[in-house]
Amino acid sequence: MRRRLPGPAVLIALAVVAVAVVAALFGWLLVPDATRQDLATGITYPGTGHPLGTDELGRDVLRLLVAGARTAVLGALAVSAGSMLLGNLIGLPAGYLGGWTDTAAMRWADLMLSVPALLVAIVVAGTMGGGFWLAVAVLIVLFAPTDARVVRGAVLEQRTRPYVEAARLQNLSPWRIMSRHVWPNIVPVALANTFLNFAYALVSLASLSFLGLGVAAGSPDWGRTLSDNKGQLFANPWAAVAPGLAIIITAAAVTVVGDWLQERAEARRLAR
Amino acid sequence: MTGGFLARRLLGTLIVLGLLSIGVFGLLYLAPGSVEQTLQGNRPASPETLAALRARYHLDDPVVVQYLRWLGGVLQGDFGTSIRTGVPVTEAIGSRLPLTLGLILYGTLLATLIGLPLGVIGAFRRGRAADRAAVVTSVAGMSAPPFAVGLVLLMAFAVYLQWFPVYGQGEGLADRLRHLTLPAAALAVGSAGLLVRFTRAALIRELDQDYLVFARARGLPTRLIVGYALRNSLIPILTALGLILTSTLAGTVLVEVTFALPGLGTLLVDSVTFKDMPVVQALALLLTLLISAVNLLVDVGYALADPRIRFGVSR
Repeated sequence: MRRRLPGPAVLIALAVVAVAVVAALFGWLLVPDATRQDLATGITYPGTGHPLGTDELGRDVLRLLVAGARTAVLGALAVSAGSMLLGNLIGLPAGYLGGWTDTAAMRWADLMLSVPALLVAIVVAGTMGGGFWLAVAVLIVLFAPTDARVVRGAVLEQRTRPYVEAARLQNLSPWRIMSRHVWPNIVPVALANTFLNFAYALVSLASLSFLGLGVAAGSPDWGRTLSDNKGQLFANPWAAVAPGLAIIITAAAVTVVGDWLQERAEARRLAR
Repeated sequence: MTGGFLARRLLGTLIVLGLLSIGVFGLLYLAPGSVEQTLQGNRPASPETLAALRARYHLDDPVVVQYLRWLGGVLQGDFGTSIRTGVPVTEAIGSRLPLTLGLILYGTLLATLIGLPLGVIGAFRRGRAADRAAVVTSVAGMSAPPFAVGLVLLMAFAVYLQWFPVYGQGEGLADRLRHLTLPAAALAVGSAGLLVRFTRAALIRELDQDYLVFARARGLPTRLIVGYALRNSLIPILTALGLILTSTLAGTVLVEVTFALPGLGTLLVDSVTFKDMPVVQALALLLTLLISAVNLLVDVGYALADPRIRFGVSR
């Protein structure tokens, strides 16, 4: 089986993801005063000193963009990691133990997935008062069923393998077999799914912030900056469009990488 | 046989709706602060008004009785009155429903007109430049949130090119269509991406089937080949259409806020922000009802497209 090297599209996407993650982790060191207002300047078109212009409060749009990666990207990372953890906790026993555990978990997933996650998130996060961590927590719960399904499917495929039978014959406890024997074999599948979830989390979190249900007003965040400046399209359209493009490009790049990871996981599965 | 299938699906839908209605009712208790405070809104509170509220909403009854009472009202079309505006909830929703429905239909139409042909082209020109373009467009479209797409469209077509108006919903059919084109396009981008992906994948699978390889080898016109392949790819395409309609319901919230359109989406966001719970509950219930209806229709569509499902024959 020939090992597939990433194509140019995947390499570009990887670079975009790397830039976004670096901006999210270290952006605040680079632009510590991103939210400094300069009301005397006010809103301006792109020009010298401000490559993307300024917004209504005189804040430099490029600096806001770099600082805004923090909540946008790290929040999405928290959602996808958290939902994978929860999904594993539900999907592993559902797939391995089967029986009523499986039935209960899958009916729960069916119910959760019968309504679009973003709509539920808008209603629930909004009703509970909004806020960044609340939005993250709500999205983790709403994303977990997809992870649980994927993990369950992968476990079902593993549990008939000889190594599982061998472990069972050694009289190991189900929990030990699940966590030490089966789980390492489904990590590639779970990881690929996490990456695809990451793109969806990025978009959902940005949507909640855009609607004013995520980060607090005035915070530098892609979704929030976009909604703060959407009324200023004639004075400086870039103040709203630049964070919008940042969301679109990052989410597309993450999806491309996720698709590639999933293809590789699939190829590895078939190669066995 | 067909009747049995329908009855089973209908029963399943009713069970899901029942469970979701409990969640919708529970929203009232999810809001921070006491239920009376939530129902009070911004009006000044006194012990008397709070007691009146308790009596009016039967808050001293057990929760189960409250739920059943609420459900009974809902089934008779009584959703209460809006705390924010004092208007009956059904009236508030009814006046905004046409705009949202129009937007969703327009958006889905645009998505089908763009997505289906692109998916067909991608499958027939597999691996070539046109296919790669279709795949990239599809990934970008699916990843892009409608509000960001909407803003980019606004900047390009309303601010710079000035082909379309920036805000407003227009008067008369032609003007309204012109005003709703950019919002519908913003909605359509994600759906079109999804449709390209599903159509392309389904067609590629179908084109590898022996009967189509043979049909192509015999030199049947492409028009006929597309027809055969599409007919047999209907199931995944129906799945995609169902996903599109439900995800469009979430998308319309974002698009309406972006373009400041007075539809159900803006009503939902305003009500949620204000904690106008009767309106939020009614909208949440309406949305779950719409989504269940779409899912049911898709299942019926499966049965129409594939007799094996209709007659319960295992594949």
